[in-house]
Amino acid sequence: MEVFLQQLINGITLGSIYGLIAIGYTMVFGIIGMVNFAHGDVFMVSAFIALVAFLLITTFLGISSIALALFLVLIVAMLFTSLVNWTIERLAYRPLRGSFRLAPLISAIGMSIFLSNFVQLTQGPRNKSIPPMVQGEFVLFTKDGYPVTLSHKQLIIWVVTALLLACFWYLVTKTRLGRAQRACEQDQKMAALVGVDVDRTISMTFVIAAALAAVAGTMYLMYYGVVSFSDGFIPGVKAFTAAVLGGIGSLPGAVIGGILIGLIETMWSAYFTIDYKDVAAFSVLAITLIFLPQGLFGRPDVEKV
Amino acid sequence: MEVDAPVMRVDTAHALKDAAATALLAFGLFLPLVGFETITDVRNDLILTTRWPLLLAVVAVIGAGRLAYTVIIEPRLSRRALRPPAPTQAWHLRGARWFAPFAIGFVVAYPAIVIATAGFGRAVKWIDNFGIQILIYVMLGWGLNIVVGLAGLLDLGYVAFYAVGAYSYALLAKAFGLSFWILLPLAGILASFWGILLGFPVLRLRGDYLAIVTLAFGEIIRIVLINWVDLTNGYAGITGILRPTFFGIPFNADDDGFAAVFGLEFSPIYRTIFLYYLILALALVTAFVTVRLRRLPVGRAWEALREDEIACRSLGINTTNTKLTAFAMGAMFAGFAGSFFAARQGFISPDSFTFLESATILSIVVLGGMGSQIGVAIAAIVMIGGTEIMRELDFLKLIFGATFDPTQYRMLLFGSAMVLIMIWRPRGLIATREPSVVLKERKAIGADFVKEGRG
Repeated sequence: MEVFLQQLINGITLGSIYGLIAIGYTMVFGIIGMVNFAHGDVFMVSAFIALVAFLLITTFLGISSIALALFLVLIVAMLFTSLVNWTIERLAYRPLRGSFRLAPLISAIGMSIFLSNFVQLTQGPRNKSIPPMVQGEFVLFTKDGYPVTLSHKQLIIWVVTALLLACFWYLVTKTRLGRAQRACEQDQKMAALVGVDVDRTISMTFVIAAALAAVAGTMYLMYYGVVSFSDGFIPGVKAFTAAVLGGIGSLPGAVIGGILIGLIETMWSAYFTIDYKDVAAFSVLAITLIFLPQGLFGRPDVEKV
Repeated sequence: MEVDAPVMRVDTAHALKDAAATALLAFGLFLPLVGFETITDVRNDLILTTRWPLLLAVVAVIGAGRLAYTVIIEPRLSRRALRPPAPTQAWHLRGARWFAPFAIGFVVAYPAIVIATAGFGRAVKWIDNFGIQILIYVMLGWGLNIVVGLAGLLDLGYVAFYAVGAYSYALLAKAFGLSFWILLPLAGILASFWGILLGFPVLRLRGDYLAIVTLAFGEIIRIVLINWVDLTNGYAGITGILRPTFFGIPFNADDDGFAAVFGLEFSPIYRTIFLYYLILALALVTAFVTVRLRRLPVGRAWEALREDEIACRSLGINTTNTKLTAFAMGAMFAGFAGSFFAARQGFISPDSFTFLESATILSIVVLGGMGSQIGVAIAAIVMIGGTEIMRELDFLKLIFGATFDPTQYRMLLFGSAMVLIMIWRPRGLIATREPSVVLKERKAIGADFVKEGRG
C-alpha cells in the first residue's frame, strides 16, 4: 500500500509532464491534422533554454531566491520556446498546408532531426546536470519504516501544472482566440469566411503548444536535474501516446492520458521491471488504438465515401 | 507576405526593414543556444560562457540572406510566376527507355571506374562508403516503397524488420554455423513472419495512427534487443559474425582464401567488391520483384487500396490479405537487407536500428516520390551520398580553421534537406506515376491527378 501510494505520487508527477507535452500534440493535430513530430524536440530545446536561463539567473545575475529564479526561468523558457515553435511553423509547415498528406509529416521529422542535432552541435553531446534547484520533502506518513513522501519539487510540478492548465482552459473556452481555434478545428474554410484569421490562429496554436512544452521542459529540468540533446524523442513519443490514449483532439483527454501513461510507467517500473517500462507505455498505445481507436474522450472517426 | 501583384521594382526601404526584422527574429532564436554555451568546468560544475561573435555572425548571415532573397530572388520568382506554366514533362518517362539500362550499366561498372580513377588502395573506401552504403538504402527504400508507395500504408517502424533480418542471421550463424547463403532466405522469411505478426493487429488503423503504432513496434523491438542480454548481448551487440563466402571460398589471407585460389595478391578489396555486387543483385531483385508484382492481381490490389480503401472493399478485394501481403513483402526485403548488413559489418548492435533509420528510409521513399522506383534510387543517392560526402570535405578546414569538422554537420544538413525538399517538391522528386494498365499508349499521370492514400 505504501509503495503503491508513493508510486501514485511519482506517477502523477511524471504524468503531469507528459500531459503538458501531450496538449501540444493534440492541439496541433486537432487544428491542422498533422502529427507534429518535432514537438518532442521542441520540449527538449525548451529544457535547454531553461538550463541556460537558470545558469544565467543564478550565476550571472546572482538571484538567490529559488522561487523568483524558477519563476523567471519559466517565463524565459516559455517566451523563447514560443518564438522557436512559431518560426518552425512558419518555415517548415505553413508552406505545406493543404498539400500532400505525408509532406508535413516528413517535414516535421526533418525538423526533429534538425533540432536535436542543432542542440548537440551548439551545446555538446554530453549530459548537462545541474545541482538540485529545490530540495526537501513532506513526509505524509510512515508505515513499517517506509515513509511516503511528497517532495517539494513534486508539489511545485503539481501546482504549476494545475495553474497553467486552468489558464489554458480559460484561454481555449472563454477567449476570442480560443473560439477561433475551435472554429478552425471544425472547418477552416468556413472559419475564414466568417472572418477568422486562420493563419494567425494556427500560429497562435503553435505558440501555446510551445509555451506548455516549455513548462514541461522547465519542470523536467527541475525534477531530474539533467538534460541531454537526445531527451526529446522518448518523452515526445510517450506524450503522443498520451494524446492518443485520451483521444486525439480532446484537451482534457490529453492531460488524463498523460497522467495515465505516467502512472502505467511508474507502476510497471515498481512492480515489474524498469528495463521494459517503455515497452509497457508503447503496448498501451498499440492496445488502445486497436480496441479503442478514438481514445478515451475522442470523437469517433466517421468513415465517409 | 501576401503580395498578389508581381512587384517588379524592389522597394529598398521595405526590403531593409524586412531584413532587419528577420535578423531580430534570428537574434531571438539563437540567443539562448548559440549566444550561450553550457560547459562543464574542472570542478565538474556546469558553467555558462558567451559566444557573442558567433551569434552576431549567424544573425548577420541570416539578415543578409533575407535581404538577398527579397531584392534578388523574389522579384525573379514573381516574374516567372507570370509566365504560363510549361506542360508537365515526365522527363524520366521520356528517357526511361535508355535511362534504366544506362543506370544499371553504370552501377555494374562502378567498382571498375573507381579503381581506375582512385587507384587500388583508395577504392575500398569509395566502393564501401558510397557504393554499398547507398545500395543498402536503395534496397530498403524499394522494400518500404512496396508498403508505403504501393499499398499506401504509412510505416514508421520499418527498421524493426531490418533488425530482425540482421539478428536472425547473426544469431543463427553463431549458434548453428550455417552459411550466409542458407540464412539469407531464412532471414527474409523470419522478417516477413514478423511483418505479418505486427501487421495483423494494426490492420484497422489508418494513416497517422498506423504510423505511430508501427513506430511503437519498432521501438519495442529495439528495447527488447537491448534488454534481452542473454540472447542478444544487449548494447554490446554481437561481434565476429561469419562473413559470406564466394561459393565456399572465404575472403581471407589463407591458402584456401579467395586471393590464393585465384592466384591474386591478398587485398581486402576483393571482399568489398564481392559485397558490392551482392547488394547490387539483392537490390535489383527487389526492384524486379516489385515491377512484376505491380502487374499481378495482388500488386493491382495494393495500388487500388492506396487510392480508395472503401471502393476496394465494395469490389470484393480482401483488404486484410492485401495489407498483410504488402507488410510481409516489405518486411522480407528488409530482412534480406538486414542479413546482408550483418554479414557486411561483422558486428551488429541495437544502435544500428534506431528510429532515425526508419525515418531516413521513409524520407527516402517520400522524397523520391512515393511509388517511383527511380525516384527512390535518386533520393537515396542524394540523401545518403550527400551525408557521406560530408566526410570527405577536408578542404573546408582550410576555410574555417583546423578545428572545423564537417562530419558534425551531417545530420543537421540531413534534417534541413528533408524540410527543404518537401517545401520545394511536396510530392517528391518524381511526382508523376506510371500507369499499370494502359490503353494504346503509355502516358504519365500528372501529380495533380494522383490521389493520396488514406492508409
